[in-house]
Amino acid sequence: MTRATQSFPLSRRLFLGAAGSFVAWAQIPGIARATGHDPRFVVVILRGALDGLAAVPPIGDPAYAAIRGDMAVGAPGRERVLPLDGFFGLNDAMPELHRLYGEGDALIVHASATAYRERSHFDGQDVLENGAAGPQALRTGWLNRAVGALPSEGRIAPATGLAVSATVPLILRGAAPVVTWTPPNFRPAGADTVARLLDLYRHQDPELAAVFAAGVGLDALTAGEMAMGGGEVAGGIAGAFAEMAEGAARLIADPEGPRIAALSYNGWDTHANEGADTGRLADLLAALDGALGAIARTAAPVWDQTVVVVVTEFGRTVRGNGTDGTDHGTGTVAFVLGGAVAGGRVVADWPGLAEGQLLDARDLYPTTDLRAVLKGLLRDHLGLSETILTAQVFPDSIGVRPMDGLLG
Amino acid sequence: MISDAAAFHRFGLGPRPGDLDVGDVRAALRDEIGDRAAARLDSPGLLDAGGALSAMIAIRQAQAAARNGANNMLLMVEPQDRVTAETINRDEIAARVARVLGARIGFVDRLVAFWNNHFAVEASSGMDERALVGAFEREAIRPYVLGSFRDLLGAATKHPAMLGYLDNALSVGPNSPAGLAANRGLNENHARELLELHTVGVDAGYTQADVTALARILTGWTFVARDALSGPPVGSFIFRAQAHEPGVQTVLGIAYPDDGVGQGEAVLDFLAAHPATANHIARKLARHFVADEPAPELVDRLANTFAASGGDLQAVAVALIDSDEAFADERRLKPPQEFLWSAIRALGITPAPRQVVAILTSLGQPLFNPPSPEGFDDDGATWLAPDAMTTRLDVAEQMALAASPALRPGELAEAVLGDELQSGSLVALLAAESEVQALTMLLMLPEFQRR
Repeated sequence: MTRATQSFPLSRRLFLGAAGSFVAWAQIPGIARATGHDPRFVVVILRGALDGLAAVPPIGDPAYAAIRGDMAVGAPGRERVLPLDGFFGLNDAMPELHRLYGEGDALIVHASATAYRERSHFDGQDVLENGAAGPQALRTGWLNRAVGALPSEGRIAPATGLAVSATVPLILRGAAPVVTWTPPNFRPAGADTVARLLDLYRHQDPELAAVFAAGVGLDALTAGEMAMGGGEVAGGIAGAFAEMAEGAARLIADPEGPRIAALSYNGWDTHANEGADTGRLADLLAALDGALGAIARTAAPVWDQTVVVVVTEFGRTVRGNGTDGTDHGTGTVAFVLGGAVAGGRVVADWPGLAEGQLLDARDLYPTTDLRAVLKGLLRDHLGLSETILTAQVFPDSIGVRPMDGLLG
Repeated sequence: MISDAAAFHRFGLGPRPGDLDVGDVRAALRDEIGDRAAARLDSPGLLDAGGALSAMIAIRQAQAAARNGANNMLLMVEPQDRVTAETINRDEIAARVARVLGARIGFVDRLVAFWNNHFAVEASSGMDERALVGAFEREAIRPYVLGSFRDLLGAATKHPAMLGYLDNALSVGPNSPAGLAANRGLNENHARELLELHTVGVDAGYTQADVTALARILTGWTFVARDALSGPPVGSFIFRAQAHEPGVQTVLGIAYPDDGVGQGEAVLDFLAAHPATANHIARKLARHFVADEPAPELVDRLANTFAASGGDLQAVAVALIDSDEAFADERRLKPPQEFLWSAIRALGITPAPRQVVAILTSLGQPLFNPPSPEGFDDDGATWLAPDAMTTRLDVAEQMALAASPALRPGELAEAVLGDELQSGSLVALLAAESEVQALTMLLMLPEFQRR
């Protein structure tokens, strides 16, 4: 500033802002302690719409190579893909996911989609996060409602939320209180100033007081935990993705830490020069792969009790567009990871890619409702009843049965 | 009704000491937007879009030359004197800081921020984008925020920053001569956002077929991307007939004959005058300035003014400040940019561009760099988050440390908060253990954080 030469370090928060945010629910379910089952649940949102056909190409579909043309990852004469089940391959930017798949700790769901059938990112993300059948139908998020419905018996701490981001994403907005946190890079203001402000807020602005108190509490809770030298994040987007993932994993692995987290990664809207073999999408997939690997490594002590689900608002067109990219589509992939996951397989009721098999003659036809996957996980991993899942967490989903056998 | 002092925070950039003495705040607001050119920002040191793009072209040429072992003029320039996307962005931010500090009330600049967020372009989407975002705001937004919406829409749609960001510059009619020759085709990104975000809104009832038709109509809408001996200069909008998809196209039930660039201009005319556009804009404006759930009467009045005036944005802004509902007694949290601007105006400090970048990034609202074409979220709940609040405190303390030690916190609080200042707040400031602590707390007072 003009008078003093104070400088603000340009450090990791810059990258966090660019890469996304993560949010965690600081909930310590009592069921955990009683039964020895202490589940962790992490939702990773890929904002911008992941091209599922580039991430997990259906190389065994006879129509695939022709309809994708120049963009057909894994087609004959192109860079090879990592083998999955013979029909599907995995983009070779994702060796960590492939390793987890091989160890039975990763499951891929293909041709899935939310209930949303239009093609607006913003409405699509709204539905992905609000859990309803349509956009703007609810102002709260399904993950928040799921946490609110967790069995409360023996709960040792009141439900308070932890959001590791500058702002609260819709998926965790709701009645249950959420707090946010990112690795501090500014010198924290003195404790005395904090105390004075809290006192003032409590008298004049209870809403601000609650929010501020939560933020202050978290800085104290996490002090030291994330002290990693304070420098810039190395490695650009891959470094930023990994740092966020590692931070999330460290928090959920901590015995006193939160159990439920959501983080999001931006940048998947590949309209032009998609670069699924080498280029933008390959770099993003590699960064995501590194992040998933970091979660598995960092949360290793609790990996058997951890489920990570990776979702996106919708897929992309089956054909490339006129600019070596893909436009907004429908069906896409989801990944489910964790030590308890019945993995090593691709779950898909494959609709096919031939003309006449596409949705609106352009998109991968969605045959699996993403809510079935999420309901299956919430039921079998977090112990939520089907009644609660249908009544509160995913309203309007009565016809969507929870998917069986995701864990085991 | 909120007090006059609160109106400075709600509609402006927050008062500087002395600013509250204007008398009738509504008259002062009306006065500030009386000149349709009031939002212009012409700073001799700033590059226009053509200059910024030329600088990026020079960088790419120098990089290519260096790869080939050849010499290039640019490589002879000292590194610290080179024009890069970073230096252009830095200069643009410095010009905004000067503008903020010099504004009388800042209503026009708040309108600029609103419209720049409506027509969001993301600096981090690429080197050219980073170099162009400042020029975009000065060339496509500022000249029009007190003019007609149709002109604003046209300028934003045709600016190289937008044509590049939403990929329309790459989109080629599959049956156009260029498309047939190169086997290139449509990119519907810009067409979709033009409908969904810029004009009628997502609920206006358009279909995928409408999006595709609009994408076809917009083919050929591009800009001069490289130097040529003749023709318009780099950065200029051009209609490239070679790339334009031939044929009649139907959008929202209306068939548009193919008369080249006129086909797209006619659709923009239609969309700008569409009732759904008036409602979409009215709701966003009322939400931004007043409340997450603005009074329906206010939204209706703004929409009616928009429609009746043929999209006269000056008339809409006047209707806003003439509405009692706009002065409703509820307070939303200032988004980060407004918090920063009001703080530096109150304290009279001039942050360096890199500090502006660091502060606004940490608070989640970096200048010229929204997260998506939708722009920054304008929902109060977005910003009222625990970590965001403690980061504000950290930022407030840094700014207080940079302020003049001659400032008297109690007097300053009265000068920038007027009747809004609660007696308990004043007591707390006066009881602070240091002036830095008092100034930090002043910036963090509920009456300073909300508007």
